[in-house]
Amino acid sequence: MLVLDAEFFRRWMSAAAAAVDREAGRLTELDSAIGDADHGSNLQRGFAAVAAVLDKEQPAAPGAVLALAGRQLISTVGGASGPLYGTLLRRTGKALGDEAEVTPERLAEALRAGRRRGGAAGRGEGRGQDDAGRADPGGRRARRVAVVRRGADGGGRGGARDRTLQARKGRASYLGERSIGHQDPGATSSALLIGALADTADSTEGAA
Amino acid sequence: MLINVAETVVADALRGMAAAHPQLTVDVENRVVVRRDAPVADKVGLVSGGGSGHEPLHGGFVGPGMLSAACPGEVFTSPVPDQMVRAAAGVDSGQGVLFVVKNYTGDVLNFDMAAELAEDEGVRVAKVVVDDDVAVTDSLFTAGRRGTGATLFVEKIAAAAAEEGAPLDRVAAVARQVNESSRSFGVALSAVTTPAKGSPTFDLPPGELELGIGIHGEPGRERRPMMTSGEIADFVVDAVLEDLRPTRPVLVLVNGMGATPLLELYGFNAEVQRVLSGRGVAVARTLVGNYVTSLDMAGCSVTLCQVDEELLRLWDAPVETAALRWGR
Repeated sequence: MLVLDAEFFRRWMSAAAAAVDREAGRLTELDSAIGDADHGSNLQRGFAAVAAVLDKEQPAAPGAVLALAGRQLISTVGGASGPLYGTLLRRTGKALGDEAEVTPERLAEALRAGRRRGGAAGRGEGRGQDDAGRADPGGRRARRVAVVRRGADGGGRGGARDRTLQARKGRASYLGERSIGHQDPGATSSALLIGALADTADSTEGAA
Repeated sequence: MLINVAETVVADALRGMAAAHPQLTVDVENRVVVRRDAPVADKVGLVSGGGSGHEPLHGGFVGPGMLSAACPGEVFTSPVPDQMVRAAAGVDSGQGVLFVVKNYTGDVLNFDMAAELAEDEGVRVAKVVVDDDVAVTDSLFTAGRRGTGATLFVEKIAAAAAEEGAPLDRVAAVARQVNESSRSFGVALSAVTTPAKGSPTFDLPPGELELGIGIHGEPGRERRPMMTSGEIADFVVDAVLEDLRPTRPVLVLVNGMGATPLLELYGFNAEVQRVLSGRGVAVARTLVGNYVTSLDMAGCSVTLCQVDEELLRLWDAPVETAALRWGR
């Protein structure tokens, strides 16, 4: 059976940092159409700091890795995405406790807890509502980690499906009906993060 | 753009501010601008902050008679909670700290987290959210009205009350009264270019203007072919008056967005005063200049704040900051 240790979570965050770095220009481009043209550069700065601090401090438990990553995002990103992604990871990490290894089912539970409480912290506003919501396909159905792949694909489709929705929160809301037809940058970055989790799971299963 | 690289624009500007204004303590690494004599004994502290790109807001308003500290974020991005917590701890005399927050999703989230953390460290915190922009009409279906020019009135007037020794709940009440008495409306004549993107963040062809623009290039109510200064004043002042319906004299802020010359702003102010006079609105004081800007955007905004004698007295009280200075 697949078990997830601190190393797995460090690799997830590292893959997330690489994905965000690769796609930063596209995220900022999407954000400039309906927001303020900073989503890519903000997440790029935040996840680079996450990768650096995890490398330096090497937390020994999965929960500690995510909690540290979340605190680092809150401390370095700013905007709406910093508190929302940061709170999601910090609370997911807290829900995982200090066990040295967790099962995929425990991660799914913790993600759900992090999402609920992250939603409360953010009062469900801003891009992060999409961010947290998109985590759910990964959370709810992840009986096995491989299933996260479906969540990632779903998140990707979500970004595209956002084109038909009108923004109600965050800066895009000021566009009103003009926001319809734009892909949401937050949904797109959520898909990247869940995709990084799926990739990490794939490579772990492949190695096991 | 007059920059080295986009990544260092905020830090570079802070180093320049420190060199120009020795009365400020500028922590470049942690991004906090504090008046040098803070904490002032027995005085409530005022801390504000927000994305960079709106200078002189907020760092230019730090000093006696106005803010105790300011926290600049990345360009158009809210600062992080660590900055506000550090600022609050640095200016708290034991009388507590008022956070002045412009109503944007990111700013509200980060200041809320900072308030919790500062309270954990034993600092009493009150918060006022500034939301004066009447261009946002469907505020139930958006993140709400944006905070723009009224921020200057809130920071100046509430700080004057703090300077006189008012307690935290009184300073917060004055700040809320000023916000509720203020309305703004902005116009863009050109789009804004952020250093990170390097090209305009929205498309506004020459010969057109956007009525109801936000200070990050958020779109407004409508786009029209270019209008004269007088026509713009008619539209903007009426939009503000329709919402504010003042019964007392008003403070007038004719604010430049960054790339509009003062020559044009003064000409526009003449038209604003004409419209106000025509509508029977008495003007108590007028301020013209670039105060709540949007990088290199051309355009202007008008903020009106109706005042009673007490608010006017607090407005006239001495202030000594990089960008506002009188009476001392």
